Amino acid sequence: MIDMQEELYKVQIDNIFEGPMDLLVHLIKKHEMDIYDIPIALITEQYLEYLQWMKAINIDVAGDFILMASTLTKIKSRLLLPLHEDETDDEDPRLEIVKPLEEYLQMKSAANDLIARNLLGEDTFVRNPNQENHSMDQDGEIIKVGLFELIDAFQTILEKISEHRGVDIITADTISVRDRIVQIVEIFETRKSVTFNELFSMNTDKSEVVVTFLAILEMVRLSLINIVQNTQTGIIRLFYL
Amino acid sequence: MENIKYIIESLLLVAEDPLTIDRIKNILALAEKKEIQNALAELSSEYENRKGGFFLREVAGGYQIRTRPEYREWIKRLIQPKPLRLSKPALETLAIIAYKQPIIRSDIEHIRGVNCGGILRMLLERKLVRILGRKAIPGRPHIYATTKQFLEVFDLKNLEDLPTPKEISELSNAAFEDMD
Repeated sequence: MIDMQEELYKVQIDNIFEGPMDLLVHLIKKHEMDIYDIPIALITEQYLEYLQWMKAINIDVAGDFILMASTLTKIKSRLLLPLHEDETDDEDPRLEIVKPLEEYLQMKSAANDLIARNLLGEDTFVRNPNQENHSMDQDGEIIKVGLFELIDAFQTILEKISEHRGVDIITADTISVRDRIVQIVEIFETRKSVTFNELFSMNTDKSEVVVTFLAILEMVRLSLINIVQNTQTGIIRLFYL
Repeated sequence: MENIKYIIESLLLVAEDPLTIDRIKNILALAEKKEIQNALAELSSEYENRKGGFFLREVAGGYQIRTRPEYREWIKRLIQPKPLRLSKPALETLAIIAYKQPIIRSDIEHIRGVNCGGILRMLLERKLVRILGRKAIPGRPHIYATTKQFLEVFDLKNLEDLPTPKEISELSNAAFEDMD
């Protein structure tokens, strides 16, 4: 079991690792917030909720995430303090995260501009292409799914299950992650891809759902599958490699 | 001198790396810098008028004949380029180094909010990034900068050719949308 947890930690850094800044950007986008007027209470609450989720699925939450959580909490509490008369021109405590966010978003956009250029070995070629030729791994309409999108999808599935049955019935024969991977591989042997939701349709209780989710993460880590999301439909699909 | 323009064209065809004006001048010996520049400009406009399969690009401080992007799919049927496979985090790290260079690792990590040791090693291996030296502060950390290879891959004349980073207010919603 300890081994398993160590492996899950690797899941995070190898394949779908995104840092606290990415999580903030994800939340700001999701709630359509203005980065110059961030509702600190809401974002702090959402942020902490995500950390809980990451812990719940056994992902070792890195120190960076905790540090950001404490920064958010600190800002939130400073905003709650009444201002003294002589401090009226104090700067907005939120600047502590707005400035780094600004810089981070700017660099993210610069990265997008870079990849959009006519890349050597991808868009344009030279006559003597003996040098290493590179091409970018662009998926056109589909995007690679990050950890947060997966958690969102996972949450939706868990909610559905809770609706179905209010009480968890204890089942004696729980399935291991390893066995679940074997089952999923069997599905892939008959077809090339399967949607995220389909994999959960046969699970009836929460522990099975969690095992399925862990199996998916483990398969990503082992590079057995690729997870992509269609930008149009939002459907998350898993491809067997 | 006989037609300098076509001599340069023949050099461009054979050269492995982008040819700098200085290099051309060394080869031609008697030509003036201005003459070479004019010849390059003429070649470039000839290619533009012709709208053929290739054009003249100014990259990494030199000149290089490159194929036009519209024919990329055909070329990929001829040769199978190895995918560069730069992940989003790697691309972001590269952008930070490109814009903030010279920069030390802790400053990159401060902007991204996460450790980037692995990514830096990969960028060094791919020769997109190099170590300039060490900073004279405690711990003597490595100073990182981009390489000539980076300029070549990303079709940039020089570092000043990098587009000015956009202000957040200028970022269109669309750009924000496909950001993560």
